[in-house]
Amino acid sequence: MTEPVSTPVERKPAPYWNSYVAGIGLGLVLLASFVVMGRGLGASGAMTRMAVYGVHKVDASVRGGTEAESATLARHNAYGAQYVGGPGDPLDDFLVYMFVGVLVGGFVSGLAARRFAFGIIRGPRTTDRRRLVLALAGGIVSGIGARLARGCTSGQALTGGATLALGSWAFMMCVFAGGYALAYFLRKEWT
Amino acid sequence: MEPIAPIAKVFEWGPQAGAAWGALLGCGFGFFLEKAGFGSATTLAGQWYGYNFAVLRVMFTAIVVAMLGLFGLHYAGLADLGLLYVNDTYLLPQAIGGIVFGFGFVIGQYCPGTAVVSCATGKFDAMVFMGGFLIGVVAFMFGYPAIEGLYNATSMGRVMLPEYLGVPAGAVVFGVVLMALGAFALTHVLDRRFGNGKEA
Repeated sequence: MTEPVSTPVERKPAPYWNSYVAGIGLGLVLLASFVVMGRGLGASGAMTRMAVYGVHKVDASVRGGTEAESATLARHNAYGAQYVGGPGDPLDDFLVYMFVGVLVGGFVSGLAARRFAFGIIRGPRTTDRRRLVLALAGGIVSGIGARLARGCTSGQALTGGATLALGSWAFMMCVFAGGYALAYFLRKEWT
Repeated sequence: MEPIAPIAKVFEWGPQAGAAWGALLGCGFGFFLEKAGFGSATTLAGQWYGYNFAVLRVMFTAIVVAMLGLFGLHYAGLADLGLLYVNDTYLLPQAIGGIVFGFGFVIGQYCPGTAVVSCATGKFDAMVFMGGFLIGVVAFMFGYPAIEGLYNATSMGRVMLPEYLGVPAGAVVFGVVLMALGAFALTHVLDRRFGNGKEA
């Protein structure tokens, strides 16, 4: 007698790690960043550089000509100039390399756990369309908030939190306060 | 003992080290964010609606681990905190920015780092969130002349909690550990109260 040949079935994604185990891993990466580089982790800094550089480049190519680079709105903007005002490459930065690393690390982890899949993540009672509209709106609002605060959950809350920076702790508490204040009104999106 | 950390500062590494280590540290950062479940907005939303407290647990665990390591090395004389980059404090814009960022978090259910990880595992909502974030940055840049005053208000420089509170660093470190443990305990009480499923 032979066992019935098992047909290959799609294996389920692996469970997420215990939060404390993942947190210790994340904390050790943050500590390594402090010990080796003398600075912490960040995510919004790279996206800020890409956004300003992108606007600057499109602007310059629309203008055309040899002087276009020095005439862009971003370069004449006091905030944009700190990124595109000098001769250096604004994307040649620690945080931009880190951004690429985060993409790779997330991809590898997701793939190994069979979690890589194209799709839209949303709550059970909402629509894909509503989810994408809110994701866009949330991104815009977060972008403005992160720039005003000089960082996000990575660069301020995590990094500044571990270095006991006063402003970072104020930021972190305010993120939770703002989040909980608004959460009630959007509860139907996720529950 | 002579401090040997931060290594890049003490041994005056060049900029190439920043590129290589940035990428390497980023890989670890992304890896653990994904393992924690932060590639899914469902996990992140759980923090606000009480069905999954992974955000608080992972974040405070990471802060405590890095803080204990950093201050432990400092007390052992191995790390020079004076060479460490510490975010400058601008209390008012950071508080307002935090509230606005919290709104954005709840509306979009990602933050920048988690969106990158979600994006890396194929999620369109995260890609849209990141697109929105870029738009938000550009909007901030063009609106900057109008809010420059607020952006630079309450500039306090490099302020760490121990000096601000006038207590030894060890006391603040101990306080943060206690606060984290209290917060963890609270989330487990809430898990039982809400009947949340087994914690992954």
